[in-house]
Formats: sequence, structure tokens, C-alpha cells
Amino acid sequence: MSLIKEFTKGFIKENPVFVMALGLCPTLAVTTSVENAIGMGLAATFVLVFSNIFISLIKNFIPPKIRIPCYIVIIASFVTIVDMVMHAYVPALHKNLGLFIPLIVVNCIILGRAEAFAGKNKLIPSIFDGFGMGFGFTLALIVIGGIREILGVGQFLGFNILPKCYIECPMLIAILAPGAFIVMGLLMGLMNLKKKK
Amino acid sequence: MEFIGKIFALAIAAIFVQNFVLMRFLGLCPYIGVSKKLDSAVGMGMAVIFVMTMASTFTWLIQTYLLIPLKIEFLQTIAFILTIASLVQLVEMVIQKTAPALYKALGVFLPLITTNCAVLGVAILNINENLNFLGAILNGLFAGLGFTLVLVLMAGIRERLDKAEIPVSMKGMPIAMVMAGLMALAFLGFAGLKF
Repeated sequence: MSLIKEFTKGFIKENPVFVMALGLCPTLAVTTSVENAIGMGLAATFVLVFSNIFISLIKNFIPPKIRIPCYIVIIASFVTIVDMVMHAYVPALHKNLGLFIPLIVVNCIILGRAEAFAGKNKLIPSIFDGFGMGFGFTLALIVIGGIREILGVGQFLGFNILPKCYIECPMLIAILAPGAFIVMGLLMGLMNLKKKK
Repeated sequence: MEFIGKIFALAIAAIFVQNFVLMRFLGLCPYIGVSKKLDSAVGMGMAVIFVMTMASTFTWLIQTYLLIPLKIEFLQTIAFILTIASLVQLVEMVIQKTAPALYKALGVFLPLITTNCAVLGVAILNINENLNFLGAILNGLFAGLGFTLVLVLMAGIRERLDKAEIPVSMKGMPIAMVMAGLMALAFLGFAGLKF
């Protein structure tokens, strides 16, 4: 069933973070904990799905020369909605994600999917594509966030996972800036290794 | 004298202590994408400095004289991104007419500056940190300088990395990321720098 394929391709084969290397800025910045990772992933998925829907609906009315600014306005509107909703209902998460919620508008994943898929395909496949890519993104964020949170504070979603002696002296670098890059690099290397096999 | 001190503190903060790429994680996509060759890195850096400075200027003006008086601050994201997109379009047209060689060298990366999170990031940060007009312009300029500095450093290292013996699965992106991590580690040394 090709629709299911549109949905699952975003998980591993065309995972936006690990395979296509899109959306790196929020990936490295918000994965200091799994809770932030899930929050960002869901916010981005919401924006991705709805902007895919609208772009797919009006794709035949947008003049090709100004399609990118049009996509950007649509995406920016949904980002504004997500920003205000999060500010109202989950203020702590909103504060943790900070600058990166409005930066969802320049997340290359969303603009990339709009250009590569929603602008050329019908409504239903675009919805599936949006959900698939969004969940793939969220999955990647959770993996990286999990690794960094476990190594950096010995917790997962706030629950103590590693023994007390580790929590008292964790690998702090994992939740600081350098750790983000190094964990990301090693994970990408691992994906390459898996691809070659 | 205190004024110069303030500007200096702003510069050190934007370029080193809170470097936009290595500490704030802004501007990563072009950072990884363009840092393969030194010349394109320098060209891209110059373009980004220009766009970031101009973007900081115009977005600050729009926030102060349009969004706040009309009480439509919630339209900040949309207004800013449209300003930046138009600016990049303008810069592209100007470069195409005045320096066609540079235009050809930058290629597809010039329109990509629109989606550079660093440009929108510095615009929003200027507002969040309540900088005045001059502070916003300077912050944009220094942030661009910090971005260019790290970009050029990375390009220089990557040019040599190409010739080193690296395990096949780590070639390209993965080793570049680990490299960036080591650079971030070095920049972390600036963390306690205060004025």
C-alpha cells in the first residue's frame, strides 16, 4: 500500500535528520533532555502536517516564481499558532525550547518537504508524508535526546536510570554544546555503517 | 570610554563566548554544507555578515515602529521572515549585477541564506535581549563575524581532513560533526569570560 510507504519512509530510509541531514539546528539545541525533544518533535510535526495540507490544497494557484515566499508565509502562520498555544498551555516547555520554536519556520525539513512533496502531490499523500517525516524527526530527536540525557544526567524523561554513583558524577559534556556535535557525528557514522552493510 | 567598552563586550560575547554556531547552534546547515572549501566559505561568510547586519537593522525598525505601535507583536515571526526573504532576494539581485563572478561562486547558497537560522535567530535575539538600535545592528554584525570565523576555521580543517585516513563510515558529515564538537569544546573555554 503505497500510502503506508509514504508514511514509513520518513522513519528510517529517508529519515530527515540522519539520512538527509536537514533540520540540524533544533536537533542539536533541544536534545538536552527527552522531554524537550518530544516537545519540539510534536510542534514541528504539527507545523509540517498542516503546512503540507494547505500547500497541497493551493499548489495549483501559486505562481511558480513566488512559491517559496508563499510556502514561507503559510509555514510561518502555523509556527505562530504553535508558539502561542505552547506559550499558553505548556509555558515551562515553551521556555526550555525558547528561541527554537519560532525557528521552526526556517527548519529545512518543513520547507524541504513543501518544495519536494506537498507542492507536487495530492492532499492525502501529503498528509501521510507530513506525519511520516514529522515522526521520523521526533524519533531522531528522542534517540539523540535519550543518549545525551542518559550520559549527561543519568536520567531518562526525569527518571533515574543509571546508578547513583554515576548521577553524582555524570558525563556533563553530553548535555553541553560539544557533546551535541560529537554524539551527532558518531550516530551519523553508525547510520553510514548500517547502510553499507 | 565606557561606550567602547560596551561595544567590545558585545563583540566578545557574540563572537566567542556565545558563538552563534558552536554555542547557540544557529546556522548549522550552511556551516556543514559550505565549509568544504576555503574560498566558498569566505564568500559565504561575507554574504552572511552583510545579510545579518541588514536584517538586524530592518527587523529592529519593523518591531519598534510597526509591530509594537499597532500591537501586533504576535506577527513577529511572519514579519521577520518576510523581511529576511526580501533582503536576501535584494542582495542576490545586487550581487548578480555588480559582482557576477561572486554570484556564480556562491551559486545556490545565496538564496539558502534565507533559511539560515542564524539570521532569523539574531533578529529575534536582538528583540528578546532588549537591545537598542545601535546594539541590534552591532549584534548582527558581530554574530555574522563569529559565524564567518568558525566557518573559515572549519573549512581550513576540512580541506586537510579530506586527505587524512578516516574510517569509511565516518567520512564526510560524521567526522565534520565530531570536528565541530572539538571546536565547540575549545570555544567552551571562553565561557567564564566576563567584563
